[in-house]
Amino acid sequence: MLEADGLNRPDVFDCAVIGGGVIGCAAARLLSRYDISLALIEASEDVSTGASRANSGIAHAGYDAAPGSAMARLNVRGSAIYGQWCGELGVPFERCGSLVLAFGETDSRALAELYESGLANGVPDMSLISGDEARALEPRVSPDAIRALWAPTAGITSPYQLTIACWENARANGLATFFDTRVTGVDCSGDHFILNADGGASVRARYVINAAGLFADEVARMFADSSFSIKPRKGEYILLDRDDSTPRRVLFQAPSAMGKGVLVSPTADGNAFAGPTALDQTDKADASTTREGADELRRLALRSVPGLNLRAAITAFSGLRAVGSTGDFIIRASDIQPRLIHAAGIASPGLTSAPAIAEELADILAAQGLALKEKPGWNPVRAPIERFAAMTTERQAEVIADDPRWGHVICRCETVTEGEIVEAIRRGARSMDGVKRRVRAGMGRCQGGFCAPRVIELLSRERGVPMDSITKSGGGSLMLAGPIRESARGFASEEEARA
Amino acid sequence: MTGVRVTDVAIIGAGPAGLAAAITAADNGANVLLLERDSHPGGILRQCIHNGFGLHYFGEELTGPEYAARFADEAAKRAGRVTLMTDTMALSLSGDRTITAVNPHDGPLTIKPGAVVLAMGCRERTRGALGIPGTRPAGVYTAGAAQRLVNLDGYLPGRRAVILGSGDIGLIMARRLTWEGAKVLMVCELMNYSSGLNRNISQCLRDYGIPLHFNTTVSRVHGAERVEAVTIVSVDDKRQAIPGSERLVECDTLLLSVGLLPENELTRMAGIELDPATGGAVVDERRQTSLPGVFACGNVLQVHDLADHVSREAETAGRYAARFAAAGSLPAPALRVRAEGFTRYVVPQRISAKPEGLIDLYYRVSDAVKPARLVVKSSDGGTILSRRKQAMTPGEMERASIDSAKLSGDTVVLTEAI
Ligand SMILES: Cc1cc2nc3c(=O)[nH]c(=O)nc-3n(C[C@H](O)[C@H](O)[C@H](O)COP(=O)(O)OP(=O)(O)OC[C@H]3O[C@@H](n4cnc5c(N)ncnc54)[C@H](O)[C@@H]3O)c2cc1C
Ligand SMILES: Cc1cc2nc3c(=O)[nH]c(=O)nc-3n(C[C@H](O)[C@H](O)[C@H](O)COP(=O)(O)OP(=O)(O)OC[C@H]3O[C@@H](n4cnc5c(N)ncnc54)[C@H](O)[C@@H]3O)c2cc1C
Repeated sequence: MLEADGLNRPDVFDCAVIGGGVIGCAAARLLSRYDISLALIEASEDVSTGASRANSGIAHAGYDAAPGSAMARLNVRGSAIYGQWCGELGVPFERCGSLVLAFGETDSRALAELYESGLANGVPDMSLISGDEARALEPRVSPDAIRALWAPTAGITSPYQLTIACWENARANGLATFFDTRVTGVDCSGDHFILNADGGASVRARYVINAAGLFADEVARMFADSSFSIKPRKGEYILLDRDDSTPRRVLFQAPSAMGKGVLVSPTADGNAFAGPTALDQTDKADASTTREGADELRRLALRSVPGLNLRAAITAFSGLRAVGSTGDFIIRASDIQPRLIHAAGIASPGLTSAPAIAEELADILAAQGLALKEKPGWNPVRAPIERFAAMTTERQAEVIADDPRWGHVICRCETVTEGEIVEAIRRGARSMDGVKRRVRAGMGRCQGGFCAPRVIELLSRERGVPMDSITKSGGGSLMLAGPIRESARGFASEEEARA
Repeated sequence: MTGVRVTDVAIIGAGPAGLAAAITAADNGANVLLLERDSHPGGILRQCIHNGFGLHYFGEELTGPEYAARFADEAAKRAGRVTLMTDTMALSLSGDRTITAVNPHDGPLTIKPGAVVLAMGCRERTRGALGIPGTRPAGVYTAGAAQRLVNLDGYLPGRRAVILGSGDIGLIMARRLTWEGAKVLMVCELMNYSSGLNRNISQCLRDYGIPLHFNTTVSRVHGAERVEAVTIVSVDDKRQAIPGSERLVECDTLLLSVGLLPENELTRMAGIELDPATGGAVVDERRQTSLPGVFACGNVLQVHDLADHVSREAETAGRYAARFAAAGSLPAPALRVRAEGFTRYVVPQRISAKPEGLIDLYYRVSDAVKPARLVVKSSDGGTILSRRKQAMTPGEMERASIDSAKLSGDTVVLTEAI
């Protein structure tokens, strides 16, 4: 399925990106500045449906990764250019800083080691501080914390907003997108690759970027490259409603036997979350949440923030980290097919590193012979969908006078208007989740109990498709089973007429 | 830019509570602005097309829309005094009673009323609040959302449903879905009793052979895209899952009817004191909250089982809101009403400095008590009222009328097992 506004659709693309996560979309965004024809191929119905949808949303400072690793280098570089990317793309990003908390002497030694790695990695402005200094920075920190590592460059962002923004910006600069297109086989016999998808579609490209997340090893194997494998590691979360117990900074615990990095953090939208757990598994499709995971999160979260209001849980979710067999990011040209460039094993800090990974991918493409000439008229700016709830009263009056739909509130919890939802659909949302990730309708405390029927109606109306074809997230995730019997329908509309 | 509207009484929400409050406030001389975010008045009753409304208030059985229409018609007759603004969402309420709102027609609005009546109703508890683990497919709905889809939009949410929670909406929806040709496999209830009305259990489940499993809950949701099954499990008296009792039930829909939560975001914004037991504001017998001139009634104050009680409560709030708007003040809440024994909560939680006439105390018990004794007494020991009842259950709201002349000091509402 070709995006209507993917204008230049040549027989053979100069470059095709497989995977519409934050890595694929960041790469597409950066490459869209060059005079090449570019395609994005995504198995799902939308971008940002894999790991890029369910993660901690933290732009890490960069003290975590082993000095000398690609993770360390790209994290620190990514963090440095995050502000510029998010600024141009209209994506929320706040350098709120992070604290790693130590609760005992073993923890304190772990902090010292992190601090040393941070220095080696080139992380700016870190300091080792006392428990009281940590509580001065974030009063909700437990009185049991005795020391902390403070990293002011750490920040929070909205991972799906960033992914969607990169995609919109790339599209505005000429990217063609193929949704619902899962690459299942590749013909490497000619002078370009033929990427075959289930359902019979195919895309031809001279260069390919493999940004298929969890499935990057399978995609590599389609090119006869079996140099690495990817294993899923599940991370579960509990998301909490906004309230006074929401911390303002990212709170980690020192890596120890007690927990493997469970943190309490604010989100870019002002909620709080506890997570993630870390559980290695074999099933790449199983992103279910568990009772055990939730219990572990509650216990560990309260250790950092004893006053955290866990009763304000809005939802639970989980994401799968794509852990590569090398233990590091795998970003290189394939040894088997040098015009296939891998961006694989992009576990954490992949979100932080995405802009830097995009730069590196462009360098590798150039080194492999793709001519990257800047094209005139490239526009780095993508305007976000304005949020009604964040507007001044004057601005609200203005937009409603212009288009009354901006005065019609559809999602009561997040105060999202019809105008915003219609704009999200115009920009490419096709499902309930697509609307939700773009404008937050259904993301609040009632989880769509109120607005879901209304959003189904809007998707149906704006897209000109029947109500019962609307899905939660594409594929067979239908929201409705069909119209009710005619007789009863009469009853319903009679009521409507009377009311 | 944005005009400021002045009115005697502003009412947020035009469900049965807001409508009744508007009518009474108008009849007591007030000009009323009634704000409703939906396109029509009537509140949740618009989608309750079943019978069972009005027996107490009108002495006849009506459907929800019929019941609401009676009040909407009465409000319309007072068009000179009651202005209904639909599609209008109240966005904020501040400590000086200023309301901001928005609608497509007028844009952002600022309203400065003499008195405010909160009548925002309630919302449903969700899967996230319960923390049911598993996958996150399409097909998990709250019962009220499903009700809206069927009754207002004309669509079936699914064809094979399990309902968790035996609250009234779940029971009503079990019957409604069955009528529409869907298969309702069972209703699971965590407790050993239902919070729904007895008549609904018999008319909505028993009449259709739908099993109701007590001490049972849903412990997992399965299915990648659409719900494919749920795991149900038996629980012990501490509500802990009994290992080995899990059972997989294939279905395409899970409906949740697991409780209603008064929708008090605006109340909280204004800094009004809330009662953790009801989830609503703390009020006195006139339904005045801790913020002078702000009143609350209906489901935003306490979850009612009968719309009839909502209407009565709203009339009280509307009358005194009009009086406050005219006089500029009312006697402040002075005495406390305390819940003791099996009494879970009592509304009102306060009695004003100058109570008048009979005062209705509405309360619920925390557990099934049979037989039960209710004692209303002064905190200094004097009994005001004492009576027996065969059974009291958390599902049915109880009422006791006391003579305000007999009140001295704080009041205790005690329910005990006998
Ligand atoms: C629990 C958790 C917490 C994390 N926290 C952080 C954090 O705080 N900070 C941070 O920096 N990083 C974090 N990360 C890491 C970050 O989320 C990932 O590195 C990043 O999202 C990876 O993006 P991606 O584009 O590689 O993968 P994905 O987002 O998974 O995208 C891959 C895409 O490829 C598509 N695809 C797969 N196979 C095919 C095919 N054959 N054909 C077509 N399309 C295909 C998929 O549908 C998917 O959309 C976290 C990750 C997890 C799971
Ligand atoms: C499924 C179901 C079945 C029931 N069955 C029966 C029955 O058989 N018999 C019976 O007697 N009772 C029944 N009830 C109970 C009865 O319907 C309720 O008690 C009653 O509707 C509560 O009235 P209310 O006005 O307080 O709330 P609601 O009816 O919920 O009305 C609240 C109104 O406020 C509006 N609102 C909320 N916030 C805002 C805002 N910020 N700005 C503007 N407007 C706002 C809402 O849109 C809504 O219209 C049933 C209830 C349900 C849900």
